[in-house]
Amino acid sequence: MQQENVHLRMDSNEESFLQGVKDCVPTLLGYLSIGFAAGVVGHTSGLSVLEVTLMSVLIYAGSAQFIIAGMVAAQGSIAAIIFTVFIVNLRHLLLSAALSPYFRHLTAFKTVIIGSLLTDETFGVAINKTSNTRALSGSWMNGLNVTAYLNWILATMAGAFLGQWITNPEKFGLDFALSAMFIGLLVLQLIGRKKLARDLIVILCAVLIVVGFSTVTSGSVAIIIATVSAATIGVLIERWK
Amino acid sequence: MEIRWDILAIIIGASVATFLPRVLPLVVLSRLQIPDLAMRWLSYIPVAVMAALLGNELLMTDGKLTSLRDNIELFAALPTFLAAIFTRSLLGTIVVGVVSVMLLRLFF
Repeated sequence: MQQENVHLRMDSNEESFLQGVKDCVPTLLGYLSIGFAAGVVGHTSGLSVLEVTLMSVLIYAGSAQFIIAGMVAAQGSIAAIIFTVFIVNLRHLLLSAALSPYFRHLTAFKTVIIGSLLTDETFGVAINKTSNTRALSGSWMNGLNVTAYLNWILATMAGAFLGQWITNPEKFGLDFALSAMFIGLLVLQLIGRKKLARDLIVILCAVLIVVGFSTVTSGSVAIIIATVSAATIGVLIERWK
Repeated sequence: MEIRWDILAIIIGASVATFLPRVLPLVVLSRLQIPDLAMRWLSYIPVAVMAALLGNELLMTDGKLTSLRDNIELFAALPTFLAAIFTRSLLGTIVVGVVSVMLLRLFF
C-alpha cells in the first residue's frame, strides 16, 4: 500500500507543469539559436523589433517567420505571403492529429490551448513520452509548450535587437541547430519504438520522396507529400507481414 | 519602433494560417474514436515527418541536390547521428552538431 502511494506520487510529479518545463530544457539551445537567427533575418529585411516580436507572439512558427521576412524584403503581396505560410505549416495537421489520441481526457478549450502552441520540437518531446503511456498530462504539455514559447519570443527579440551588429551567424554553426535537433528527435523516436527495420524503410522512403518532389515543387509541399506517402508505406509493410 | 499596417495585416493573416492546422485535428480527432488502421498510420507520422524535414534540410538547396563537395551539413550530420545514438540526449546531440559545423566551416 505504502509502495503504491510512493508510485502514485512519482507519477504525478512526472506529469506536472514543472516537469514539462524541465523536459523542454534540452531543446532550448536549438530554438534559441534558430529564433535568434530568425530575429536577425527579420531585422535585415527591414522589420522593426516590435514587428518581429509581434510575429513571434502571434504566429510562433520559425519557418513561417523566415518566409515572411524573405517575402517582405522581396515585396510580395499580402495574400501570397499568407498563403505560402499556410502551405508551409500544413504539416502541423499531421503532428496535431498524431497527438490527438493522447489528449482525449481534456476539454475542447484545453486542447485548443495545447494545439495553438504546438511546434516540431514540442511535438517531438511529447511523442517520445508517449512510448510508455496511453495519455499525456495537460499540465505537463503546457509546461513544455509555454517554456518553448517564451524562449522563442525572447530569442527572436534578442536577434532583432542585436541584429545590427551581427553580420555572420553561420560562422558559429548556429544554423545547423535545427537539423541537429531533428536528428536527435528522430533517433530518440527510433530507440523508443523498437520497430527499427520498418522505421528505417519509412525513413529511406521519406528522404527519397522529399528529394524527388522538391525538384518539381516547393520544399514544404514535398515534405507533406513525403510524410504522407512514407507513413502509408509503413502501414502497408505492416499489413503484408 | 513602429508597426506598419500592411505588416500587421500579414501577421494577423499568417497567425490564423498557422493556428488552424495546429488546433483543428487535436480538437476534432480527440473527440472521435479513431479506427485502428488510422492509428497505425498516425504512429508512422513522427518518424516520417522528421526524416522528410531532415532530407529537405540536408540534401536540397533551392530545389536542387546540394553538391557533395559543398555540403558541410551532411558531413556534420554523421557525428551528430553518432552523438544521438550514444548519448541519447537531445542537448548533447545539438551541441555536437553545432560544434561539428563550426569546425568544418573553419577548416574547409
